[in-house]
Amino acid sequence: MTPSTLSSEHEALLERFKDGRVLGLARAISVVENERAGFQELLHTVMASGPQAKRVGFTGPPGAGKSSLVAAVATEYRRLEEHLGVVAVDPTSPYSGGALLGDRIRMNDISMDPGIFIRSMATRGSLGGLAATTKEVVDLMDAFGFDRVLVETVGVGQTELEVTAAADTVVVVLVPESGDAIQAMKAGLMEIADIFVVNKADRPGAPRLVKELRQALHLRTGSALKDIPAHHGVDLGQVMKKERSTSPSAEKPEGWSVPVLTTNALTNDGVETLLETIQEHRSWLEQGGELERRRRARAEIRIRDVVNREMRRIAWSSADARALLARGVDDIADGEGTPYSAAEAILGALLR
Amino acid sequence: MSDERKIRVLVAKPGLDGHDRGAKVIASAFRDAGFEVVYTGLHQTPEMIVNAAVQEDVDVVAMSVLSGAHMTLFPRVKGLLDEAGADHMLLTGGGIIPEDDVDELEKRGVGRLFGPGTSTSDAIAYVNEWFATTHAN
Repeated sequence: MTPSTLSSEHEALLERFKDGRVLGLARAISVVENERAGFQELLHTVMASGPQAKRVGFTGPPGAGKSSLVAAVATEYRRLEEHLGVVAVDPTSPYSGGALLGDRIRMNDISMDPGIFIRSMATRGSLGGLAATTKEVVDLMDAFGFDRVLVETVGVGQTELEVTAAADTVVVVLVPESGDAIQAMKAGLMEIADIFVVNKADRPGAPRLVKELRQALHLRTGSALKDIPAHHGVDLGQVMKKERSTSPSAEKPEGWSVPVLTTNALTNDGVETLLETIQEHRSWLEQGGELERRRRARAEIRIRDVVNREMRRIAWSSADARALLARGVDDIADGEGTPYSAAEAILGALLR
Repeated sequence: MSDERKIRVLVAKPGLDGHDRGAKVIASAFRDAGFEVVYTGLHQTPEMIVNAAVQEDVDVVAMSVLSGAHMTLFPRVKGLLDEAGADHMLLTGGGIIPEDDVDELEKRGVGRLFGPGTSTSDAIAYVNEWFATTHAN
């Protein structure tokens, strides 16, 4: 790969892209999404100026109201005259390979705004809550000149955490039906939140979930007991602190305590506060050097991604490897080999 | 999952009529056929449809029109697509559309239109064939 040469077709595409034409962006996204020949050169060319846009990710279980909340948030940002890119991801069927991308339904009110560009993506077998190329699509939108890019994941469970690799600020959207505090104490989704939002907050159970989330967060930061007076002459807060200081901590850096907000995306309740909180998080990111740290972490992931993808491509485009793969399958069927012996043969041939 | 390129289809329901069963049936059938279907819901204007088609860079725009306004809606969407530089997209659809009108619309650059009683597999085969012939390279 020589990341500096573009095909003439992509030159023309890039021209339109740089002129700020929506069609240019839309087609560039397709080139990247389909990993068409030359897509890496295209990305290399447009990404030269580095990340500029503020990236906010929205994740949470199916039906939490992510699309509606993104629409409400986008409307509010438009009032502040920001130009927005929105990437919304929906699942691909593992059976048919097809997908129904329905996030635009919730965004009809904003879809005609020329200051907003919405793109739906199917996961196409990717398991992290995003499509394989969503991060690249966000880069394209960034390079196109949007002030902010909102990324909405598929409805996620507990371990689809890839949004952290695409966003500076992660908003985890829950609803009263999402579960109790034990869910919140489990690993995964709960650990990636910079901001928690309990959406559909008019429903029963919302105040309870908010309270439980706050308690669970305090347990993580170790301040849950600070308000409890000394018991039998022992200050529990002090005891806990001592214990904690001896164990390595994987907590977020000091200075940002994850807030729990409530919204009702359909009536707009709480949306303004959410925007203010996203802004506060932004300031914290920028001042504390955390943004730099996150961008570096992201850059590392991205380099690994590109290398992994290229290695896979090189491996399976090799006729030797494919022949050895077929032979390996035969050997296993005949009881004369294992996946490991076959893999060793393939790797041996590739690294020769 | 195969490496072949996914066909992206916008299923759109223009105008004021609120009968979207047909659009939903065809959207589900397209999904099961392995297409990536963008569905935008009811009450879309031609402008909204074309705007979505351009942003989503779909290959096919499929409209469901039951209201009798097909002679207005199809040419309008076709015109806007061409204007937007999206004349490479196939505009097709279905609904209650008399045969004479189907012929007239075809003359104006609209693809095949499907009437009541069409099997979803016919529509799928049509899109697949269209895609295979226009992307044969």
